[in-house]
Amino acid sequence: MKANVHVTLKNGVLDPQGKAIHHALERLGFSGVNNVRVGRLIELDLDDNVTDQEIEDMCRKLLANMVIESFHIEKVA
Amino acid sequence: MKAAVLVFPGSNCDRDLAVAIEKICGTEPAMVWHQETELPDDLDLIAVPGGFSYGDYLRSGAMAARSAVMSAVVKQADRGVPVLGICNGFQILTEAGLLPGALMRNAGLSFICRNVGLEVLNTASSFTRLYKKNQKIHLPVAHHDGNFSADEATLDQLEDEGRVALRYTENVNGSARNIAGVLNKKGNVLGLMPHPERMIEAAHGGKDGYNMFASLMQVVA
Amino acid sequence: MTEENSSITAETVASHGLSPEEYDTIKQALGRTPNLVELGIFSAMWSEHCSYKSSRKHLRELPTTGQQVICGPGENAGVVDIGDGQAAIFKMESHNHPSYIEPYQGAATGVGGILRDVFTMGARPVANLNALRFGSPKHPKTPHLVSGVVAGIGGYGNCVGVPTVGGEVNFHPAYDGNNLVNAMTVGVAETNKIFYSAASGAGNPIVYVGSKTGRDGIHGATMASADFGKDAEEKRPTVQVGDPFSEKLLIEACLELMASDAIVAIQDMGAAGLTSSAVEMASKGEVGIELNMDMVPCREEGMTPYEMMLSESQERMLMVLKPGREAEAEAIFKKWELDFAIIGRVTDSKHMVLTWKGDTVCDIPLAPLADNAPCYDRPWVVTPKAKALGNVPPSGSITDNLVTLVGSPDLASRRWIWEQYDNMVGADTVQCPGGDAAVVRVHGTEKALAMSVDVTPRYCRADPEEGGKQAVAECYRNMTAVGALPLASTDCLNFGNPERPEIMGQIVGAIKGIGEACKALDMPIVSGNVSLYNETRQDDGSSLAILPTPTIGGIGLLSNWQNSTTVAFKNTGEEIYLVGNSGKGHLGQSIWLREIAGREEGTAPTVDLAQEKSTGDFIRAMIQDKMVSAVHDISDGGLAVALAEMAMAGNIGATVEAHDTTLPEHAYYFGEDQGRYLVATSNAVALVSAAEKAGLPIFRLGVTGGKDLVLNKQAVSLDTLRKSHEAFLPELMQ
Repeated sequence: MKANVHVTLKNGVLDPQGKAIHHALERLGFSGVNNVRVGRLIELDLDDNVTDQEIEDMCRKLLANMVIESFHIEKVA
Repeated sequence: MKAAVLVFPGSNCDRDLAVAIEKICGTEPAMVWHQETELPDDLDLIAVPGGFSYGDYLRSGAMAARSAVMSAVVKQADRGVPVLGICNGFQILTEAGLLPGALMRNAGLSFICRNVGLEVLNTASSFTRLYKKNQKIHLPVAHHDGNFSADEATLDQLEDEGRVALRYTENVNGSARNIAGVLNKKGNVLGLMPHPERMIEAAHGGKDGYNMFASLMQVVA
Repeated sequence: MTEENSSITAETVASHGLSPEEYDTIKQALGRTPNLVELGIFSAMWSEHCSYKSSRKHLRELPTTGQQVICGPGENAGVVDIGDGQAAIFKMESHNHPSYIEPYQGAATGVGGILRDVFTMGARPVANLNALRFGSPKHPKTPHLVSGVVAGIGGYGNCVGVPTVGGEVNFHPAYDGNNLVNAMTVGVAETNKIFYSAASGAGNPIVYVGSKTGRDGIHGATMASADFGKDAEEKRPTVQVGDPFSEKLLIEACLELMASDAIVAIQDMGAAGLTSSAVEMASKGEVGIELNMDMVPCREEGMTPYEMMLSESQERMLMVLKPGREAEAEAIFKKWELDFAIIGRVTDSKHMVLTWKGDTVCDIPLAPLADNAPCYDRPWVVTPKAKALGNVPPSGSITDNLVTLVGSPDLASRRWIWEQYDNMVGADTVQCPGGDAAVVRVHGTEKALAMSVDVTPRYCRADPEEGGKQAVAECYRNMTAVGALPLASTDCLNFGNPERPEIMGQIVGAIKGIGEACKALDMPIVSGNVSLYNETRQDDGSSLAILPTPTIGGIGLLSNWQNSTTVAFKNTGEEIYLVGNSGKGHLGQSIWLREIAGREEGTAPTVDLAQEKSTGDFIRAMIQDKMVSAVHDISDGGLAVALAEMAMAGNIGATVEAHDTTLPEHAYYFGEDQGRYLVATSNAVALVSAAEKAGLPIFRLGVTGGKDLVLNKQAVSLDTLRKSHEAFLPELMQ
């Protein structure tokens, strides 16, 4: 079983990286970009008996920093 | 000697590099802002300084490599003007395609700041001709992303063509084949992770970086 | 006036950290009930963090003046004359609570904040230092906190390009629930280009520059003034995120604008953000201020004036410009891709008036906000004198003890930490971390600044007054040992809950000791910060306070960096001398007692300030005259540890046979008597005669050489010592 975990900054938390990339895109002449937020994609290759709850625990305990980040689990297959 | 030091938002070794160039080469370099589209004519050196251009966000050197001034740098490099990229400058030159490979996160994952042992392998370039072949020197490193990486074929080619300018004498950051600095095919573009400009006088605890700049003077003269 | 006061209940007041009495004072000051915005502003300004309400009365006792002082406490940072029309500007500040909640961002924004305090005044920052305290190495949270804090300090400092050149780290279970992150920045400015915060000139534009305002850290200043309950984890949303890249741009933009004469006043937005910067600028200038909240650059939609005023978003500044200079300033900030907005003007009303969407949402007379700020004479009790230790039997051989000590948490090598800091950017670092004090050349000159941060919390717990003295004396010694003349200091006073009389007693005692020592050693306090309520409630309902930790940061001056010396033995065959006093084998509160005998007891060693000064003057003269090749003060771990540090640094051993036979061997070698230095010399006759002439005790200990340290015929190899010394942090952090 595979699961993709998308980790993103919580709404309202400053994303310095996204801000700098946004500026750079504008400088390169790309218009119409309203905002840029950067996250991480973590691909998990899991045994079939791993439960959803366990994946969620992995996210809460390690993969995401719950102080500033939120996560979204996407089961791939 | 006529030199230019590029300045990007977030560069922080630009002053140190300018001080070293002026001290050793005798003339004050022009400080060139990243938004300039042209570089002065007849340059003897384009220096790309260390630091954290654009905060090292996205990838180290990625956004700086796409700034206006870099098109001018690429043109001048093609014409054979010496280009020296140190630390973040090295990262920028690889991102700009002037040098092969990429600088990945250090194998130990932490930022590393310390003096490291190096061996000078190429003494033919404009930057290294005053060093002796296989000379052991010490220079400081200070980086988070200094882990040089390239495919095996590229690495073989670099070694075969004598383009590995400097090699670490210890495994500092996980770099492939302990590569610390590489030259382009023509030999006029050098990128290296160690900071020669931080080792040019007694106050720095050594002068092993001095010849990196003094070598250029010989070429000009 | 928008009436929001119907929402002010007793709970609202309490949730803002205000007491009912303080709320009454607010109502008197206003002559009416405050609305929520006003309440928020009062609560931020009257928080412990901003008002120093528990400590102000006692802080007044500290010496803050001297010939060298250009500007003492009260501005963003202290300013000291370093000759040739140059000034050193420096300050230390705590970021304790945020660093416990989110260690990386907490530490990073601590560095960012102290940097802004320094460059706001016109200085280019040239060095960062930090003093860190963590809980027991065995506590499960400790490695996580160490790694986050160190990465955060490095991540921020490295990116802005200011070298992190020194610091200190202690571990103790008293910090299990409250680690301490004290960050210091030193900058250099021209004396005729120093910028202050007093606003002036009715009609002058007030300009906001830097990053946009988000909902970060709303009410961080009140959080920093409350102790942690078990729900500390839930307070997380108030943590701010640092953007060192924007800070670097802000430094360059500010310094570029400062090269002109467009700025009337400037203040960074630190704790309590726009509130404290606006209030302080107006109060200091005895003027009024009017801000249009619609003009504040916001990162998020729908932010209210309350949120804008209390946001602690980082990398922001407030300036008063001369009229007509707006365009010139704006061009510079636009070039550096920073926000620039004219958000208000100076008035002569002596009120702070905020408007939003056409309404007045706040109208506060500034005088009462500052003058009526609470100032408490909190009850306190003198810390009871600790019981003298008495005799403690030896435990194992002194060489085995030494190997254990150099590898113990408080004495082990800090290499794992400082190799993560760029300590050389700027190419002026003459002495890196690892020695007594850091030495940084003043750019473009031969001069150099020495800097050190020091305190020994276990002494402060046993005796706050002697501990306070010792913190200053140790800092003085560290700067002296590199050859620098100590000039001035900054203090960062970290304590528990001041509402407990025994904690308040620690504060009063420490301040007294610090004041005496600063006076005697001519190191006036020119800036500082207080961090209280560093306590955690325990499961049994009791409260665990940190050890009293009044950190002292000092700077000293060398007229020529080449006249500095280091701790490392340089040559074989040199003679080693002890200067100061032979010591009485003081093992009370020593590292030996704690690490070898497993006891934390006894009195703190005492500091003789007159002797401290004369010994310091002598050491400095000997360094200047090139009479000594290596110098190290004797501190934690005593004589044997100091010898081991000199030997390891130089990779040259030593043979020491001296031993005061009136003392037990272990007390002689590990006693922590104060006011002592070790020196190595190839010029013994002249050194001894100079000491005698100065009336200072001097004792020959032995000679340098070999690859062993031999103490009283017992040898230990440098390799063994180094292995132990280097192991602790890498093993802890695996």
